[in-house]
Amino acid sequence: MAQHQVDYTKDGGLPIALTSVDKLINWGRSNSLWPLTYGLACCGIELMASGASRYDFDRFGTIFRASPRQAEVLIVAGTLTKKHAEFIRRLYDQMTEPKWVISMGSCANTGGMFNTYATVQGVDRVIPVDLYLPGCAPRPETLQYAVMMLQQKIRRESANKAQKKKRLL
Amino acid sequence: MRRYSPKDNVQKKPYYTDRYYVAPQVPKLDVESDEEFASDLAAIESKFTVSESYIQLDQLVVYIDIADNLGVLELLRDERAYTQLSELSAIDWLAKDGKFEIFYQLLSMSRRKRIRIKAYIDEAQPVKSVQSLWRSADWSEREMYDMFGIKLINHPFPKRILMPDDWEGFPLRKSYPLQGDEAASWYEVDKIFGKEHRETIGAELRDCAKVDRYDTERFSRLGFEVPKGADISGGEKRKKVQYQEDGGVFLIDRFDEEKTVIIRDKDR
Ligand code: SF4
Repeated sequence: MAQHQVDYTKDGGLPIALTSVDKLINWGRSNSLWPLTYGLACCGIELMASGASRYDFDRFGTIFRASPRQAEVLIVAGTLTKKHAEFIRRLYDQMTEPKWVISMGSCANTGGMFNTYATVQGVDRVIPVDLYLPGCAPRPETLQYAVMMLQQKIRRESANKAQKKKRLL
Repeated sequence: MRRYSPKDNVQKKPYYTDRYYVAPQVPKLDVESDEEFASDLAAIESKFTVSESYIQLDQLVVYIDIADNLGVLELLRDERAYTQLSELSAIDWLAKDGKFEIFYQLLSMSRRKRIRIKAYIDEAQPVKSVQSLWRSADWSEREMYDMFGIKLINHPFPKRILMPDDWEGFPLRKSYPLQGDEAASWYEVDKIFGKEHRETIGAELRDCAKVDRYDTERFSRLGFEVPKGADISGGEKRKKVQYQEDGGVFLIDRFDEEKTVIIRDKDR
């Protein structure tokens, strides 16, 4: 007979079980990051290259989806024009929680070399961003690294807590 | 909010004179030097008034009265075999003489010739649409309206083509600031969040990659390379740079510009 009987429903609840669920969910989330097919300019070419056979994003479980309803990562790959700004916001709002945003390339980060009237000076003016990748354009390896960083970030987050609202306003 | 300074007279005070190389004009030849062009010009002159004409870079340039634009272009298309309209747009001369210059660039595939028809219009003067002659004029004219604000008569769909429908101003006018006017700089914020949230989002950060004039010795103004050590300050006082927080960082020495030395011996 067991000498040290522990009642797991009392005395602090189920600490081990809870972290495991957390880890399990985050493991699932971080390894099935489905980004939206969303190339805006030249960076979009690198985005496509990352998805193709040589760099093979599928092995991270990163499978590009054509609908924001099925996607949870928005990779802003390219120059965001002011005309398009409202549509990126609409796509972002259509994605289901939890969702993350990677801003890829100088144009998405700061407007880049397009210091003009028609370019949004950084997508973070419109949607909240989790990761910024420098480069013009960033190589597919950089994007891979960004996805790995995002996975790390997700694994560090608590899964059962309601996601902190990431809103600009 | 960002201060807005009107830039209506940028064209009158060209701030770029010393930055760009101004190419000399290509010589203009007499129309008589080319037989085919001479007969084209004679055909136009027999029915319409021509104010100026010359040949430049193997292309005939003819200035006409804008009221005749449909007639001249129809004549060139049907009788002179200029079957294609390759380009159509305007040039902003508002600051110089208050006018726009409209041009129609035509190409004849069978005769292998190009001709350019030009005309001046006043700022608010509408232009007859030529899309009944060439379908390609449809979008070009919409772009002309979008970029210069030139109104069109008899156009089937006179709407902006590149900029959003609720855009203010006409971006290709010389008086339009490159980085946008007040409405342009807040466009996405106003549209998505509303005007009342301008303070929250904040003004646009322009020129994130700005290089200080003193960052390197050889970085000079655009268009010039200067010898090492030349004075490029243009009378501007040197600003002290500070790369670290005021309090300093634990265990890290603070960079003191006064104690630095610039090594001028390039063989060292
Ligand atoms: S960052 Fe460079 S490569 Fe990427 S969209 Fe902008 S200009 Fe193109």
